[in-house]
Amino acid sequence: MTTHAIHATPILQALFPNIDDWGEIGHACIDTLLMLGGSLLLTIILGLPLGVLLYLTGRGQLRPMPKLYAIASLLVNILRSVPFIILMIVLMPVTYFLVGTKLGIRGAIPPLVIGAAPFFARLVETALREVEHGVIEASQAMGASLWQIVRHVLLPEARGGLLAGVTVTAIALVGYTAMGGAIGSGGLGDLAYRYGYLSYKSDYMLVTVALLIVLVQLLQMLGDRVVAYYGRR
Amino acid sequence: MIRFVDVHKSYRVDGRDIPALQPFSLEVADGEVFGIIGLSGAGKSTLIRLINLLERPSGGTIFVGDTEMTALAEPALRAQRRRIGMIFQHFNLLASQTVADNVAFPMRLAGERDAAVLRQRVDELLARVGLTDHADKYPSQLSGGQKQRVGIARALANRPSILLCDEATSALDPQTTASVLDLLAEINRELKLTIVLITHEMDVVRRVCDRVAVLDAGEIVERGSVIDVFLHPQHATTKRFVNEALPEETIGDEAAFARVPGRILRLSFRGDATWTPVLGQVARDTGIDFNLLAGRIDRIKDMPYGQLTLAMQGERIDAAMSALRKAGIEIEELRP
Repeated sequence: MTTHAIHATPILQALFPNIDDWGEIGHACIDTLLMLGGSLLLTIILGLPLGVLLYLTGRGQLRPMPKLYAIASLLVNILRSVPFIILMIVLMPVTYFLVGTKLGIRGAIPPLVIGAAPFFARLVETALREVEHGVIEASQAMGASLWQIVRHVLLPEARGGLLAGVTVTAIALVGYTAMGGAIGSGGLGDLAYRYGYLSYKSDYMLVTVALLIVLVQLLQMLGDRVVAYYGRR
Repeated sequence: MIRFVDVHKSYRVDGRDIPALQPFSLEVADGEVFGIIGLSGAGKSTLIRLINLLERPSGGTIFVGDTEMTALAEPALRAQRRRIGMIFQHFNLLASQTVADNVAFPMRLAGERDAAVLRQRVDELLARVGLTDHADKYPSQLSGGQKQRVGIARALANRPSILLCDEATSALDPQTTASVLDLLAEINRELKLTIVLITHEMDVVRRVCDRVAVLDAGEIVERGSVIDVFLHPQHATTKRFVNEALPEETIGDEAAFARVPGRILRLSFRGDATWTPVLGQVARDTGIDFNLLAGRIDRIKDMPYGQLTLAMQGERIDAAMSALRKAGIEIEELRP
């Protein structure tokens, strides 16, 4: 919460009579972006290896391990089948253990990552499966080790799909961060919930929703551009 | 030398063993171009993959040089694979890498880090395959023939002693096929590289191979020098392949031959015998007459050959036949 309230111009004041502090909205935007950036980074760091593991141990793949695959797959499915708002509440003790708080940006990041990483891992698995088997076979014929195949063949060849997966995950995380507002994680969702829903200030709701739409649009556009540039030529 | 000893292969499908290759032994000599021909499903792609152990045999041993491939553990096997180049029907290039990076890839896998060394070797290889101007392009910007040339340059990068060609020309048009085959023949000559290729086109075998094995339903039904197999195919599958590659020009079938008087002979000329007017000479000397029924004339790799089916009439046919044999012509009597 800002100490010096930023007051709106008369036009904005007429349009959104309940919003007396635009600085608070700006602050919430920054919180949302911080949660998004932090959780996206950690989601990639956790989800990418998990996705590679799912791919490699799958049936008929490079290192088929049915039991390991079944366990990893089950874990991923369980985490993905719990609605995020419930997952967040269930995970509260874990969150407290990991970051020492259940609130704010720090408190939001563990559930966001635990919710999004399995989702991203599935997208990684799917993207890797799109890599032609022939290319993998060719690198095996050249004497590549498993690690070399992952590092120099699978990941670069699947780059387009992986980046598209990051985009989809980022957009899903925007939704998750907004839900986080309901249990006190801050950000735009928090604003919409507290003012827009609990206090019937529907202009807050309107502004928040508009900002979320803009954020999602920007992410999708950015993602599409990156995919077009780095994707398959 | 590549040596298969009592090798067989079957796949386990739903708890049952499905045989892919019947037990066989086979040797490929150093420096030769060895073709394996068969219809799809005959087991030829399994067979070629046994050499670098992309497929493991169900039994038997495979040697490449003095190394028993089937006894190697993973790291040693990877080291051996670096000395065996391979090219593929669908090229299997890295779409995300430039031509130069694709060619450098096997060297990088082998641990070469020196950019200058890589650059020099890539330039050398691209010059060999005629793609010097395309180093910075991506595979999707190339034609099929150019992609296969990149595949060849990549396969040669680690200076292998063996090149495996998995249907390398099957996705190419006839003209491009010819130029890729010429390149393979050139590499074989100049680098003394042993080439094993699999194909379903006898024409590929005819153009570049020294020896051939015919694979039919997982079994090697015929093998030998290409010219022998072309001139005297034994197995029905081989005959079909030969006839597809070089249809015989003929006056008709067996029934048509029945109307022709005289003894029917098939004469095969090869190499030097094709350059001399021996048939005319023998006919004059022995006073026989002949009537051409069928024939073909072509080249197998660098050797010209001809095959004529003719009906011979006259008093001294036996004398004529021995004179022809003396001149190096093989004779089969189709109707005494």
